[in-house]
Amino acid sequence: MKNRLLELLQDNCKFTDQELASMLNTTPEEIRKQIADFENSGVICGYKALINWEKVPGSDVRALIELKVTPKRDKGFDEIAQRVMAFDEVEGVYLMAGDYDLAVFVKGDTIQEIAMFVAKRLSPLDSVLSASTHFILTKYKSNMVDMQNLSSDKDERECVV
Amino acid sequence: MCGIMDYDYFLNSKIKNTKPSGIRKFFDIANEMDNVISLSIGEPDFQTPWHIRETGIKSLEKGKTWYTPNRGLSQLRVEICKYFKRRFGVEYHPDTDTLVTVGGSEAIDGALRCIVEQGDEVLIPQPSFVCYEPLTVMAGATPVIIETKAENEFRLTPEEIEEKVTEKTKLLILPYPNNPTGASMRKEDYEAIAPVIEKHNLLVLSDEIYAELSYGSEPVSFASIKGMKERTIIVSGFSKSYAMTGWRLGYALGPEPIISQMTKLHQYAIMSAPTTAQYAAIEALQNGDSDIHEMRDQYDMRRRLIVDSFNSMGLSCFEPKGAFYVFPCIMSTGLGSEEFASKLLMSKHVAVVPGNAFGDCGEGFVRVSYSYSVAHIKEALKRIKAFIDELQ
Repeated sequence: MKNRLLELLQDNCKFTDQELASMLNTTPEEIRKQIADFENSGVICGYKALINWEKVPGSDVRALIELKVTPKRDKGFDEIAQRVMAFDEVEGVYLMAGDYDLAVFVKGDTIQEIAMFVAKRLSPLDSVLSASTHFILTKYKSNMVDMQNLSSDKDERECVV
Repeated sequence: MCGIMDYDYFLNSKIKNTKPSGIRKFFDIANEMDNVISLSIGEPDFQTPWHIRETGIKSLEKGKTWYTPNRGLSQLRVEICKYFKRRFGVEYHPDTDTLVTVGGSEAIDGALRCIVEQGDEVLIPQPSFVCYEPLTVMAGATPVIIETKAENEFRLTPEEIEEKVTEKTKLLILPYPNNPTGASMRKEDYEAIAPVIEKHNLLVLSDEIYAELSYGSEPVSFASIKGMKERTIIVSGFSKSYAMTGWRLGYALGPEPIISQMTKLHQYAIMSAPTTAQYAAIEALQNGDSDIHEMRDQYDMRRRLIVDSFNSMGLSCFEPKGAFYVFPCIMSTGLGSEEFASKLLMSKHVAVVPGNAFGDCGEGFVRVSYSYSVAHIKEALKRIKAFIDELQ
């Protein structure tokens, strides 16, 4: 079942309650209540700006690190995931099905910095069997957004009558 | 005069006397300006759903590049009739009552040319799409305008027909859901005019191209009204419901004696509608229902946003139940339609279409299209609000 409110917020969390209420044919009060419910239940985890860091001068380097790890008895992958998450360099951690276990998204000032982070801090962790680092060159699409503005948003429609 | 030729001497006076469309003017000015937000376009902003495009591509790959039968592919006509039965509860025969045309426009032109001639009158409710009047004139008949009213939410009433009907009246055009007002005729509205149509023995050309874009209630076809199917030519198509404007595909449904004459005209003037488009349309009718719903839901959200916003900025705007236009009244600004549209374009770079482009009774209104993204609409509304605030 689609949730239109969540879809709209995911598209743009700066819609006013009134705008959301108009679009969804309800009242601003109802919108506020639903949003509060989503916040309390953890469905909505936060509101952040989508930044294209590639456009910020002197910005950092990003990499995807594929980690193979040994799951721990009773704790499974949670324990190692928690360790990895705790590093400030780590932006995202996903448990994967496939050739490796954890996909770790990392940011750093330079390639060297990331390489050192993997070599000195990530790889030595107890359960880590192997780490393979892939540097991200360009983000084409992230969070449903065309980051490079490749798809032309020029309106090609003509006035025909 | 151009060189030594006097082309004026050669050209048909009916077409020479036809005014160019008033929708174009503002679009052309807007095109020359920077940073313009247009709300003037009358076609879907969605692209044709991929599975429909893919079916068109596949038909080309298979080499389906010949003419189709004049009436259209037999499978397409079957699907059109199945669709009309499941959606509107009206049965048509694919072999005798159905003609596939180049857009709804060809069907309108064809119907007019096959039905009316010199001395006949055609009732045309306005505000409405700009094609009916000139096409009636080109068919040799006389257009008689019915001015529908804002207080009736631009619905057509039996009294309004009675006022304009004469013994010369042969045909009534029903342009609902309506471009530019977004007005819709409910079942009871159609039932109310049916006796008048019967009494005066009229035919009806019901342009239902926007029927799938109906909000809040299921669309009604005029042919489903008791006793009206025999008197009605339905015009519809794929442009609006499936976002297939560029494919140029529509159809006419109606009584066999009329459709067979229209088919003859179509045979000589057009031969057959585009083949690729016909294959794509079969896919649309077979597997496109969910696309229609998704697009309609998107339009519906935009519609609510835009109606609420106009009303809250003091431009009264009834809630349109169909198509993708709103028709706010701008009389409170003290400006005329053209003046409003022109000042808004010059000062805020927002393009809308003056209501009088759709008939004199559209004066005092502007047509605003919401076939644009919500972000686009929000920016336009912000600018229109600033414009209104500065006027006061």
